[in-house]
Order: sequence, then C-alpha cells, then structure tokens
Amino acid sequence: MLSVRGLHAGYGEAQVLHGVSLEITRGAVHALLGRNGMGKSTLVRAMMGLSTPRITAGDVMLGETRLNGMAPHRIARAGVALVPQGRRLFASLTVGEHLTILKPASARHGWTVARVFEAFPRLAQRKSHRGNQLSGGERQMLAVGRALMADPSFILMDEPSEGLAPVMVQALEGVVALLRDEGLGVLLVEQNLYSALAVADRVSVLEGGQIVHSAPIAESPAETLTRFLGVH
Amino acid sequence: MLGFQLLNGLTFAALLFVVASGFTLVFGLLRIVNLAHGALYLLGGYVAYEVGGRSGSFAAGVVAAMVAVALAGLALDRGLLRFVKGQDLRQVLLTVGVGLVLNDLFLVIWGGDAFTVPTPEALQGAAVVMGVFYPKYRLFVLLAGVAIFVLLWLVMNRTRYGALIRAGVDDAEMLSATGVDQGRLFVITFMLGSALAGLGGAMGGAFLSLYPGADAEILVFSLAVVIIGGRGSLEGAAIGALLIGLLNTFGQVWFPELSYFVVFGPMALLLAFRPYGLFGRAA
Repeated sequence: MLSVRGLHAGYGEAQVLHGVSLEITRGAVHALLGRNGMGKSTLVRAMMGLSTPRITAGDVMLGETRLNGMAPHRIARAGVALVPQGRRLFASLTVGEHLTILKPASARHGWTVARVFEAFPRLAQRKSHRGNQLSGGERQMLAVGRALMADPSFILMDEPSEGLAPVMVQALEGVVALLRDEGLGVLLVEQNLYSALAVADRVSVLEGGQIVHSAPIAESPAETLTRFLGVH
Repeated sequence: MLGFQLLNGLTFAALLFVVASGFTLVFGLLRIVNLAHGALYLLGGYVAYEVGGRSGSFAAGVVAAMVAVALAGLALDRGLLRFVKGQDLRQVLLTVGVGLVLNDLFLVIWGGDAFTVPTPEALQGAAVVMGVFYPKYRLFVLLAGVAIFVLLWLVMNRTRYGALIRAGVDDAEMLSATGVDQGRLFVITFMLGSALAGLGGAMGGAFLSLYPGADAEILVFSLAVVIIGGRGSLEGAAIGALLIGLLNTFGQVWFPELSYFVVFGPMALLLAFRPYGLFGRAA
C-alpha cells in the first residue's frame, strides 16, 4: 500500500496541498482527476521526493516506510516509479540507453529490457533511435518502459494521455490495464475524464489542494465527476 | 607562413579542447561554473614541472598532474562546494575565491618566474610538416588532443557512465527520479573534469610556460569555448576549441590590435542566434 496522509505541501509561501490523503493498492488503478492548477502535479512531485515542492506536514508511506525526506533515487529504489508530465525523456539518449541506464534491478517482479520490448514491440524496432525521433505514443511507451526498469511496485503517471492522438490514448489505457494486471499499483493523474474512467478502480478529485471526492468507480458516475471538473 | 600559423592555431585548439572538455563536463552535469578551473590547470602544470623535472620522465609528470589535480578537485567538491549545493551564485563566487587562494599559494611556492615543463628528448626539435619546420612537441599536443577527444567520445557514447552523464546533462532531476544516485556520479565527474584541467596544465606547461596569471588566460578561452560549443557537449567543446584556437592565432597575426575582438566578437554574434551555443539545449 502506498498512502498519502494529511499532506500539506507548497512552494515557498504558497501552499498548494491542504491535507491530502489517498491510498493506492497493488493491482489497482487509482485515478486522480482535477482541473489545471488544482495541485495534481504538486502531489506527484511531493510523493516522488523531488526538490520542490516542500512538504510542510503529513506523510507519504510505502507500507511501513516513510518516504518523505528521502532522496528521489531512494524512493525509486524503494519501489515507486514516475512517468512524469511531458514524458521528460533524455534527449541525448537512445531508446535502448533509456532502458539500461539503471543497473539491472534485483528483479523483484522481473521487469527486464526484453520484457519491456515484449510489452512495447514498437520500442524494440526503434532501439537505437533517440527520444526526439519517436512519435508521441512511442515517447509515452518509452517513459513507461524507463519507469518499469526500476522494477517498481507502484507507478505514478502524470497526465500520460496529454498530447496523444485518440488512438494512442486507447493504447495507453491498454498499457495501464497491463500494469495493473502485472500487480502494480497505479496512480493515474488525468484531466481526461473518460480516459481515466475506462481503467480506474477508484476515483478521487483534487480541487483547491484538497480531495473533494473519493470513491470506487461504481460510486463515481460521470455526471458527478463532470460537476467537479467543469465542462468536458 | 600560413601553414605555420595554421598549425599554431590547431595545436592551441587541441590544448584548449582538453582544458575546456573538463570545464564543460562539470558545467553540464553539476551545473557548476568552476572558475577555479584555470587555477587547477596551472596546478597541473606546476606538478608536472616538479615531478617531470625530478624524475626525468615526462609521462610521470603528466600522470602526477592528473592525479594531483583530480584529488584537488575532490577536495574542492567534497570540502567546499557541497555546502552551497544548488546555489549558483555562491558556487561561482566560491570557485573564484578558491582560484585566487590557489594563485597566491602558487606565488608563494613557485614565485613569479616562468617555468616550462621539460619534454622528453624524442619530442624536442622540429619536424617538417606541410612544408614547414614545426616543433615536434606541438605536433604531439595536436595528436594527443585528437586522441583525448576520441577517448572521451567513446566514454560518453559507448559506456553506461557516459550515458549517465548525458542523461544528467539533459535532466538531472528526472535521472534521480529514475533511481540513479547522482552523488557518486557527480563526484567522479568533478574529478574527471579536474584531471583534464591537470592534463591540460601538463601539456600546455611545456609550450606556453607557467607563470602567475596563466590560469586566467586559459580560463577565459575555456569559457569562450564552452559558451560557443554549448553546456555539457563534448562535440561542442571540440568545435569551439577549433574556432577559438584558429581565430586567436590568425587574429593575433592579421589584426594584432583587435586580437581579443576577433575571438569574442564572433562568440557574441553566435550567441545572438544560438543562445545555448552550437550544441547546447535549454536546461
């Protein structure tokens, strides 16, 4: 279980998160919805231990391990991986280098370069291409593949459907389902309501730095959610 | 005459590349503008002069210079720079201060006289190249510069360590979130960058001579090379060094009154069109 408990965080004087709590379980997709500027990326960055924002109260717990205060690479090694907003691939690295930059993990769940290529055959064909030579969908697959190489138990995906063609968004839903079936816990941060609903087991809505709705998918009808999200 | 100047420009460029490649590695990965890099160059020169002179072996002097300056870099990084991590202005000021202190130390130890690192007999005298008599040692510097470029290129592009550096130059935060411990990578890179300054000092100290103030000259040229080539780019450092080396040499011959302008004028012009340098990218 990866859980956020009463998290307050912000940038300097500006508090962005005001007591956010949520839980992500293995083998399930927790969708986090919210409009722009509601604190979604701030929450993801705080969970990953990135240098900003600063956590002022609350905890991020991985099982019994407290993650706040740990360096990002330790959080990654503890089993939490990040697929960041905008992909953030390494522009001067090839596809293959993205996947081998980490020493092979101790293979808790056995993610290897071969398995990533099996899951994303397009990447295998483009092994020696650089990130900027890939299509939007391929970039997203590579960002997911790179995250998997740390052999995570949980994966935080920040607006993965952003900028993708509709057909690629569908493919992405397949990828999220695959990760869930592999036993990963997925935090799926989205603005795209319908893409999130297609795969989520649980839905939370972040507004003004607070969780204003959190319920299993069955109790989160689209009409209710659109009320939070404005026009969609 | 043209051939002679061309060779002068190329050999100076080779030396500049060695020094600037260390500078750009550290600047690119650690985001530290190490203005003590010139002082590290001069330290390497003096160490090569002492060890090479006493042992009678040029190679021993070169190795000693690299090791000593790598250790000096380690001390600078672990002993001082880590206390101002992530604070750009303080880092720069700190390295300026370290450069000044080192310079005064050099003055105390070696005085104000100019020294030259002794070269082995095989590299003394001249050879005929392109129809001109040219010092063998400077030809050796040219070849060494090319060899070091090839070696560094292989490390950067064919090893996991090189991929880590390139990824860190691209996006250090994301590299860390991927699970890479950057602390060790940073220390090793700072030592490598320093060792290259020391190597440059040993190479350059045998034909440009070592004296108080030699560090500032090489530092200014290195800065220009890195600005032209782009932060953290090895290829950029090579092309920048060629440009600066040739412009400086021909500028001094053709427009001696304007020699600094001939070097820095084109640099300013280039920056107007490519603000991140030839191979640089926005952070």
